[in-house]
Amino acid sequence: MHPTDFTLRGAIDALNEGVISSVELTQAHLDAIAALNPRLNAYITVTGERALEQARASDARRKEGLTGPLEGVPLAIKDLFCTAGTLTTAGSRILGNFTPPYESTVSANLLRDGAVFLGKANLDEFAMGSSNTTSASGPVENPWSRANDPDARLVPGGSSGGSAAAVAARLALGATATDTGGSIRQPAAFCGIAGIKPTYGRCSRFGIVAFASSLDQAGPVARTVEDCAILLKSMAGFDPKDSTSADVPVPDFAAACARGVRGLRIGVPKEYRLEGTPPEIEALWEQGLAWLREQGAETVEISLPHTQYALPTYYIVAPAEASSNLARYDGVRFGLRAAEPGSDLRDLYERTRAQGFGAEVRRRILIGTYVLSAGYYDAYYLKAQKIRALIKRDFDEAFGNVDAIVTPATPSAAFGMDEKQDDPVKMYLNDVFTVTANLAGLPGLAVPAGLDAQGLPLGLQVIGKSFDEETVFAVGAAIEQAAAFTALPRLRAGA
Amino acid sequence: MSLDIATVRRIAALARIRLEEGELAQAQAELNGILGWIEQLQAVNTEGVEPMAGGGAVALRPRPDAVTDGGIADQILANAPDRQGEYFGVPKVVE
Repeated sequence: MHPTDFTLRGAIDALNEGVISSVELTQAHLDAIAALNPRLNAYITVTGERALEQARASDARRKEGLTGPLEGVPLAIKDLFCTAGTLTTAGSRILGNFTPPYESTVSANLLRDGAVFLGKANLDEFAMGSSNTTSASGPVENPWSRANDPDARLVPGGSSGGSAAAVAARLALGATATDTGGSIRQPAAFCGIAGIKPTYGRCSRFGIVAFASSLDQAGPVARTVEDCAILLKSMAGFDPKDSTSADVPVPDFAAACARGVRGLRIGVPKEYRLEGTPPEIEALWEQGLAWLREQGAETVEISLPHTQYALPTYYIVAPAEASSNLARYDGVRFGLRAAEPGSDLRDLYERTRAQGFGAEVRRRILIGTYVLSAGYYDAYYLKAQKIRALIKRDFDEAFGNVDAIVTPATPSAAFGMDEKQDDPVKMYLNDVFTVTANLAGLPGLAVPAGLDAQGLPLGLQVIGKSFDEETVFAVGAAIEQAAAFTALPRLRAGA
Repeated sequence: MSLDIATVRRIAALARIRLEEGELAQAQAELNGILGWIEQLQAVNTEGVEPMAGGGAVALRPRPDAVTDGGIADQILANAPDRQGEYFGVPKVVE
C-alpha cells in the first residue's frame, strides 16, 4: 500500500503502531505533490522543508510518548487561513506578498494537536467562486475526468477547490476549508470526498481572511466522514479572539459516526426538487433516503417555503459584508500598492483596488456597496436580512419534527473549466442546495454517494440542527457505509 | 430598477475602485443582470419580521475593556508597502 492511500484514521493508526513515521508519510505526500501539483495546481505554496521539520519534531515527540490526536499527520491548509511566517494570499493579487506575523486559531489548534502542514491550498479569490477559476494563482483542475471525454479539464468546485482536489488526488490526508455559501460542500461533492461546514460559531474565524463574516465558517475536507469528524474535533472550540465563537463543549464527533440512524426522522424538503435537476441526482437522492430507511430511519416530507429566495438573499448579504470587510485592502498597511507618480491618496486607493482585485471580487464589492448605499439600504439589505430570518424560521419549524435533513449536495456534477464563465448568475446557482445552511447558521455535510453516467462523483448533503453535528455525522456515515463509494479519480498519487 | 452609467460611476467611487471609461458599460450590464435577478425578493411578504443580523444563535459577549497586546510595531509594519520609520507612508495629504 502506498502511504498516500491511507485514510486519516488509517494513518493515525499506522503511526501509532510504528508501521510508518511522520517523516516517511510527509515525504510521500511531498513527492506526490511534486509529481502532480504542476498539473492540478491544488497548492499555491508548498512548504516542504518546514513540513519535514515538523514531521521530525513529531517523530521525536512520539518517542517521548507525547502524541497529540493528529500527531504527525500531513494536511493542506486553505490559503485563506493566516499561517505565521508563511505566505497567505487568499488567492488574490492584492495579498500576493502578504506573510502574516500571526497564526489563525484553527491552524494553531491543528498544530497544537501535532499536525504537519504541507502547504497552502489554492482557492477562488477571497473564497468568492464555485469553480476555483478566479484565483490569482490560476485555476485548479479536478483530478476526476469524464469517462467518455477524459481530455476535458473539469473544475474542482469552489471556493475550496485546492483543498478538495489535493485530498481527492492524495496530495494530503485532509485539508482545512471554509464555507460561506457552499465552498466546502460543493467542491467536496465535485471531487468525491466528504466535507462539513459546522454550525456558525463552532470554529473560530480569528485569522481567517474575512469574506462575509455572518456566513463564513471553517471546516475540514477529507476522504471519509470519520476523517472529517477527527479533524473538526481539533479545529473547533471556543476562542475569545472571535466575538462570535460559541462557548460550548466540543463533543467526540468521531464516536458519533458509529451511532447509526435507527429511530431518526429524516426530513426531505419538497422545495429542493428543482426543475432541471438531472434525473441521476434525483435518483441518487431517492437511493440515499432508501439506504437510511433500510438502516432504521424514517423519512418525512417537509416544507422549507422560502428556499427559492435563499440565493438572491445571499447575493445581497454576502456582497454587502464583503464590501465592508474588503475595505481594509487600501495599499497602505499591507499587500499590493499601485500608484502613479503624482497619485494622491484617493487615486492610490482606487488604482490599488482596481489592479489588486480580480473581476468577480470587484463585481461583488460594487454590488455590496450599492445595496448598502444611502437610499437603497432598506430596499435591499434590510429586506434580505428579513428574508434571512424567514429562512431560518423555516428550518426551526422543520426541526421541530425531524432530526436531520437530507438533500442533494449540488445541482450537477463537476463541469468543464470553460463552462458557466459568461454569466455570473449561472455560476451562483451552483450553491442552490448549500446556501440555506449558511444563512441559517446550521451544520451541513457533503458525502460522496455515487457516480453519474460519465463516472463523475455525486454527493448528498446532510443538514442538522444548530450544534448537533453529531447527528449529521451519524447520518453521513450511514450514507457513506451504504454507498460503499470506492471509485477513484484518474489523477492521483500512486496511480 | 436598473442602474445608469452615472450610478455605476458613483458606486465605483464609493467603493474606491477605479473603473476606466471603457469598463463602465460592461460593469453596468453585469450589475444590472445581478440586480434584476435579486429583484424577485420584493415579492416576499416581510411585514413584522425582525431582520436577522448575525449568523449565530449565541448572543455577543462583553469583554473587559483592557489592553491585551501592544509593543509589536515591527510585526504590524512588516508587510507595509511603504514603511517610513515607525509609520506607514502615504502620498502627501495636507498641503
